[in-house]
Amino acid sequence: MPSIVETQATPDGTPTGPIAASLKDASVKFGSFTAIRGMSIDIEEGAFYTILGPSGCGKSTMLRLVSDLIPTASGDVSIFGKSTEEARLAREFAFVFQDATLLPWRSALKNVELPLEIGRRRGIKLPIGNKTPRELLKLVGLEGREDALPHELSGGMRQRVAIARALVCQPKLLLMDEPFGALDEMTRDHLNLQLLKIWEETGVTILFVTHSIPEAVFLGQKVMMLQAHPGRLREVVDIDLPSPRTIEQRDTQEFVQYSAYLRKLLETC
Amino acid sequence: MTAIENMQAADPELDIERALERRQKMLAIAVPLGTAASLILLWQIGVRLFAVPTYIAPAPTDVAYTLVDKFPILLANFWPTLYESVLGFVVGNIAAVLIAVAFVHSRTVERAFFPIAVFVNTIPILAIAPILVLIFGPGLTAKVVIAALICFFPTLVNMVRGLQAVSPQALELARILSASKSEVFWKIRLPSSLPFLFSALKIAATTSVIGAIVGEWVGADMGLGALIIDATFNFNSPLLYATVFMSSGLSVLMFATVSIVERLVVRW
Ligand SMILES: Nc1ncnc2c1ncn2[C@@H]1O[C@H](COP(=O)(O)OP(=O)(O)OP(=O)(O)O)[C@@H](O)[C@H]1O
Ligand SMILES: [Mg+2]
Repeated sequence: MPSIVETQATPDGTPTGPIAASLKDASVKFGSFTAIRGMSIDIEEGAFYTILGPSGCGKSTMLRLVSDLIPTASGDVSIFGKSTEEARLAREFAFVFQDATLLPWRSALKNVELPLEIGRRRGIKLPIGNKTPRELLKLVGLEGREDALPHELSGGMRQRVAIARALVCQPKLLLMDEPFGALDEMTRDHLNLQLLKIWEETGVTILFVTHSIPEAVFLGQKVMMLQAHPGRLREVVDIDLPSPRTIEQRDTQEFVQYSAYLRKLLETC
Repeated sequence: MTAIENMQAADPELDIERALERRQKMLAIAVPLGTAASLILLWQIGVRLFAVPTYIAPAPTDVAYTLVDKFPILLANFWPTLYESVLGFVVGNIAAVLIAVAFVHSRTVERAFFPIAVFVNTIPILAIAPILVLIFGPGLTAKVVIAALICFFPTLVNMVRGLQAVSPQALELARILSASKSEVFWKIRLPSSLPFLFSALKIAATTSVIGAIVGEWVGADMGLGALIIDATFNFNSPLLYATVFMSSGLSVLMFATVSIVERLVVRW
């Protein structure tokens, strides 16, 4: 193990700042199948977490649990001190899926506006972001493509629209499930940098699932390694690389060491 | 405009590609047109060569002559059929869409009524037409009902499929946004069903004409269906053929209208 790697063997180590999300001994079952067992972790507010783990270990399930798409079988999940349902109703978090999940009949701008249209009539109080949908599209580098329909955009552009949509209600927690998994290397690098910029500008807490170890190291302040059968937390690895991160950092020895460490860890999960 | 032209001029490869594409498009139109023209010519030659009596099979020129000569009569009978087809189309499809919505909202309603819809669909329209004329009388209503009935089933099936064809991920997105059932319906299910709806409407555009004509066969003194029966009994083959031509013209008109609306609405 490289000496630079500081690991937290037990995830319930004392958090240093305010907590964005907290899992306490949370389990998820699909019928008799246990997808996640006894997961406990405090997600620090404002931090960028990346989540790694073998396929089928429960990474998506964990995000879906946090986002109130599936219930806990036992244990407890809270987001900013509220239940996941309350947090969902207050739009405290947003989700970015692997495929952009844009509505194909809506223009890029209209897709970004969707969250603002839903719930308004029923008087749900929506957090109004300090950026308009137009400004958000500009933020993700899509100025001038506001009126394009999703099928007229590339995969990377569609994903950027999805990110803009996720940001429109100014969430405090952003859940991303392999958002760049289907993109080519170049586009992915580009979007990684953009995402880091957005993270720094907005101060949003991010949980980011990926299959790519370099991506996990490059983006994350902390890498959560999950283990399969049943899904549980193996280790949280702090990534102590200087920020802002740059593409060149990937060739540094530290970066390579982190990657190598995580690769070995992943093999044992 | 000039910028685009300059760009084209600057890229000879693109120019060649454009030219090829244009040729392809021309061919796509020319081939079926040429084939149709040749077949009509063959028909004309055949009828004249074997001296086929006009009442058995008129030559295309006879039909064309009748089409022009009897155009006022044809047109007078065209309007009622158009009217019945369009009304039947509207009524049948609205009913189908509403029932599809009910099906998607409630499994119980679907379980209760879908088998009945399937059963009604299995009865040949020719068998049910006389019954409907008996019920509704020889007026407009029976024809509209028959046209509506024939439109109904394909639209129902397609619309149910369309409303259910929402990706699970889009529904998860809706849930994360805490969307209500009606918001999911108006903002996601209904728009995503439109391509399905339009493929059903294109079927209905032509079948509603069939329905109206079948209705007129059973009992009517106006309309293309009535004219077909009349021409047949009088061995007036050129008029019969001209009427058939008008009927198919009506179908094409309805189909084209739906296609144009589809282009305007379904832009994705
Ligand atoms: N709706 C469901 N019903 C039953 N089992 C499920 C369901 N969703 C997930 N599972 C199971 O739970 C386990 C974890 O699934 P999950 O999708 O969270 O894995 P993952 O870590 O995201 O995998 P991948 O990296 O391939 O995306 C898998 O074994 C999967 O088969
Ligand atoms: Mg997954």
